[in-house]
Amino acid sequence: MKSSYREALRAGIREAMQRDPRVFLMGEDVGAYGGSFAVSLGLLEEFGPERIRDTPLSESGFVGAGIGAALGGMRPIVEIMTVNFSLLALDQIVNNAASLLHMSGGQFHVPLVIRMTTGAGRQLGAQHSHSLEGWFAHIPGLRILVPATLEDARGMLWTALEDPDPVLIFEHGSLYNVTGELDDDAGPVDIEAAAVRRAGGDVSLITYGGTLPAVLDAAGQLAADGIEAEVLDLRTLRPLDEPAILASVARTHRAVVVDEGWRSGSISAEISARITEHAFFDLDAPVGRVCSAEVPIPYSKHLELAALPSVERIMAAAREVTAVRG
Amino acid sequence: MSDPMSPGPGRVDQEHGRHLLLQMLRVRQLEEKCIELYSASKIRGFLHVYIGEEAVAAGILETLSPDDAVVATYREHGHALLRGVPAATILAEMYGYLEGCCRGRGGSMHLFDAATRLYGGNAIVAGGLPLAVGLALADKMSGRSNITACFFGDGAVAEGEFHESLNLAALWQLPVLFCCENNLYAMGTALGRSESQTDMALKAAGYEIPAWGVDGMDVLAVEEAARRAADSVRAGGGPHFLELRTYRFRAHSMFDPERYRDKAEVLKWQERDPIGLLRSTLEAAGQLGPGEWAQLQTEAESEIARAVEIAETGTLEPLEDLTRFVYSERSAP
Ligand SMILES: Cc1ncc(C[n+]2csc(CCOP(=O)(O)OP(=O)(O)O)c2C)c(N)n1
Ligand SMILES: [Mg+2]
Repeated sequence: MKSSYREALRAGIREAMQRDPRVFLMGEDVGAYGGSFAVSLGLLEEFGPERIRDTPLSESGFVGAGIGAALGGMRPIVEIMTVNFSLLALDQIVNNAASLLHMSGGQFHVPLVIRMTTGAGRQLGAQHSHSLEGWFAHIPGLRILVPATLEDARGMLWTALEDPDPVLIFEHGSLYNVTGELDDDAGPVDIEAAAVRRAGGDVSLITYGGTLPAVLDAAGQLAADGIEAEVLDLRTLRPLDEPAILASVARTHRAVVVDEGWRSGSISAEISARITEHAFFDLDAPVGRVCSAEVPIPYSKHLELAALPSVERIMAAAREVTAVRG
Repeated sequence: MSDPMSPGPGRVDQEHGRHLLLQMLRVRQLEEKCIELYSASKIRGFLHVYIGEEAVAAGILETLSPDDAVVATYREHGHALLRGVPAATILAEMYGYLEGCCRGRGGSMHLFDAATRLYGGNAIVAGGLPLAVGLALADKMSGRSNITACFFGDGAVAEGEFHESLNLAALWQLPVLFCCENNLYAMGTALGRSESQTDMALKAAGYEIPAWGVDGMDVLAVEEAARRAADSVRAGGGPHFLELRTYRFRAHSMFDPERYRDKAEVLKWQERDPIGLLRSTLEAAGQLGPGEWAQLQTEAESEIARAVEIAETGTLEPLEDLTRFVYSERSAP
């Protein structure tokens, strides 16, 4: 079946709503407007306003209410329009959702899923374009998912809802219109393991989410030059699938981490650190990184493109680490 | 300028009435042009136009002095223009050019201009309100008699920052003029579906802030209310709050298929087009003939057409400068 990433997400929400009456979706403009990125289009008509619940502009309020509803036995899916607006709800996410289980000595679980758009590339300027998922991955108590494929867009939600703890799902804005084949019986997927999206023995390109297409593109072009890259899609940023990262490096002896977040204090820094901690003697070259320039994302197209990881920069980084003779 | 408060035969002095009409026409013309340029892919990102709401910015900004500060939202092209930012500079910003008011780094939603004390262009709903409180705090602490006009939509009223800001401004008796541009919708969410209490003045009253509702389609009413409120704020009366009842005639942004409202509702509001209303008022008072109307239209059109020509000659900022303005640049010792 042909499906877009957006439609795959919608199918996942629909399935969850049908399977479990405790599941409901709430957020700004998820109902009457049809979803700010049209993910929930048509669901209001199908499930009604109780379960496709439009909220006022009150990120802290409705995320907190989602946490409360989860405590009260529901299985809320809270949609935040973009990661930049999640900052208004940071208090609830960090001080409540991520901490309640621990503070209560294991008594109170928060089975909440929060979905949001992340990332740049659409000239939306600094307040709509940041990639802060790596930042959330810093927080113990949260699980951070970054679906990059149609299967994951379709299948991660149900598994996340079954998790007794809060799960944040980051949907990169540039992926919504990506279209491809999705199995008719596509369903829930695991949310634990990274996945090798392309095999190759010369270098590991480690990435996730919105940069996966560019990394695959780069890998294809590198192959023409005789460099075979293994592409590892992390799928989850917290917990990181460390064994998969280390196994990949053990196979290729070289790694480049590609992350649309900023380099300093980032998830790419964490991955690089884990490789040096645990696979140092497997390495034939220093770990490379391709990240966004350390600047709030500018509006102007040429500046925005220059700020973001590109196929060219990924290829250059891969060439650099493969040029080092081990 | 003649005194707008002593209107002579009509509701407004002739010259002033024509001036306000021109101001609204300039904004309308700029916005129509923006839509055209967006369709031609010359402007990108999110674009929110002010068509239908021109009387709000025109009436309020008329009452400010150049030293006052303005804080606005992502629907701020009109505010920037009427505050005195040249149309060419606004358009160049939306083209992403170096000659734009923010060197192309901000875009349509983030117009800033130090010269006219325009502090954005904020695309976080309600994000500007605390800034306005702080600007007013600075004015008050420095003994300046400036005021800060803070524009925000009806959607912002649901955010915590709205309530925190009103409380602070009232508690510290700060010179803020809160201007709620109530166009009845926050994207697709109608006010009644988002607020338990839809009377904004009552909300402000809860914070002991003098507040009143105004017909936001009638620029003369807006100006009069704003003058009364601004004078009181300036005289040390603490924050004031205006609810400007208006309507956006166009989609929320260029991506909005408008599933949430009836075409009939839009048409009904368009009968009270702020430009049409003032035009009829002036005509009825014999203060505007067909010749003058055509002349005002031409004036607005040629200003914006010329601005597009200038904006088109803009240049791209060199890529080497990408990471500038993350930290302040200090001149070498
Ligand atoms: C904190 C935050 N949440 C959500 C959004 C997305 N958003 C942009 S504009 C808007 C509607 C705001 O409506 P209103 O305040 O009434 O202003 P209007 O667009 O009607 O002028 C929303 C939900 C945002 N920009 N910021
Ligand atoms: Mg509104």
